Amino acid sequence: MKMFLVSNLLFTVTNGSGNWDLIVRALWPMVEGAIKYTIPLALVSFLIGLMIALLTAVMRLSSVAIVRAPAVFYVSAIRGTPLLVQLFIVFYGLPSIGLTIDPLPSAVIAFSLNVGAYASEVIRASISSIPKGQWEAGYTVGMTYGTTLRRIILPQATRVSIPPLSNTFISLVKDTSLASLILVTELFRKAQEIAANTFDFLLLYTEAAVLYWIICFLLSIVQEIIERRLERYIAK
Amino acid sequence: MLLSIQGLQKSFGELAVLKDIDLDVGKGKVVTIMGPSGSGKTTLLRCLNGLEIPNQGYYQFHDGFTLDFNQKLSKKEMLQLRRKSGMVFQSYNLFPHKTALENVIEGPVIVQKKDKQSAISHAKQLLSKVGLEDKMDLYPHQLSGGQQQRVGIARALAIEPELMLFDEPTSALDPELIGDVLGVIKDLANEGWTMVVVTHEVSFAKHVSDHVIFMDGGYIVEQGNPKDVLEQPQEPRTKQFLKRILPEV
Repeated sequence: MKMFLVSNLLFTVTNGSGNWDLIVRALWPMVEGAIKYTIPLALVSFLIGLMIALLTAVMRLSSVAIVRAPAVFYVSAIRGTPLLVQLFIVFYGLPSIGLTIDPLPSAVIAFSLNVGAYASEVIRASISSIPKGQWEAGYTVGMTYGTTLRRIILPQATRVSIPPLSNTFISLVKDTSLASLILVTELFRKAQEIAANTFDFLLLYTEAAVLYWIICFLLSIVQEIIERRLERYIAK
Repeated sequence: MLLSIQGLQKSFGELAVLKDIDLDVGKGKVVTIMGPSGSGKTTLLRCLNGLEIPNQGYYQFHDGFTLDFNQKLSKKEMLQLRRKSGMVFQSYNLFPHKTALENVIEGPVIVQKKDKQSAISHAKQLLSKVGLEDKMDLYPHQLSGGQQQRVGIARALAIEPELMLFDEPTSALDPELIGDVLGVIKDLANEGWTMVVVTHEVSFAKHVSDHVIFMDGGYIVEQGNPKDVLEQPQEPRTKQFLKRILPEV
């Protein structure tokens, strides 16, 4: 069955120059969608999300309950609801209370808040994984909590958090395809637009899939390079 | 007296670990704390620099700085207490992402805001003093346990504390590496550093320290000069403990 589908797909792709032309013609619009929207949207949302995540993680590690509570609530609310619903609340929901936001900023807001919650759990776990003795060593050379966190704990936690944060980022890149549903003309939206005219759904959506795959593959190479650079002080 | 402690008490929840400790640490003196595990000796040491916060007690330093743990103390006071002492840990706790030299200059440069160049030259002196002048640019994982511990000592010295605290500094070391570390501590004693050392090394306590404290069950059971306490202990619990760690006596 699978073999049949694959050969069918190959047949579709190679069947005459018409299909091949379509792939080539669709390639630039999709790549353009990726360069103009998919990649910037993912990058900006991830960077903002990381800042939210760091703040949330530090709040969750606080010994003061009223500092912890909002962070716990935020993480629970975001992780407990679908990303698509969050996106729709921001773009289609907020206008009814007079808050109309353009598609792209809406997407950035929703994705940042989403990544912030997930990444905060990663960062919290990474911070917790650093032995208590490292905090104490920081304190005994005279550092405050904040300085110890910044100078001693976070540099070590960063190394621990690179693999899981890369996962979060790669998920985010793929999730940006949901922005097509709030009119952001990113990679997948372009595929949809072209397919709507030509009806070559299999061909064009497969092409989109391959493009996402290539982006994520390149990202995993970047991940490996970063990991190797951060590993220099670890015993091999 | 560099530091006078009265009525120190510390409990973890229901468990009382230190029960009414009085202790004087003379300026330039070496005080060793001995005793079976669970006797409270490490907790006592950690109370001296605020890694543990006593429930009750009163500290008086020679410079007039006092702390009364019967009241709630501010973060600033705790920080002030902490910055009076340098600490050497049983498990070294070096910063793994920094080289030996970077470990040593971290306190002076980041906390004390000293000029980086002079901090580096001071750190180099300290690392030579502990015999590691050729290992300065290595990361902790490239050093042996004994070398790591000597970096730990240099790191504690670099902040120029009034008081040096050692928490079983040789307990995690292979026997052949213990001598190097004890040698460094002995040199510091000769230079006049005030030190409090938790240790099981009887011969170190006998030959290097000015004052030995024997703890059991959260109390100081016996104290005095090392020869008296270690050779003619008066208390049965001290005798029993020394017999166990010195089978040949």
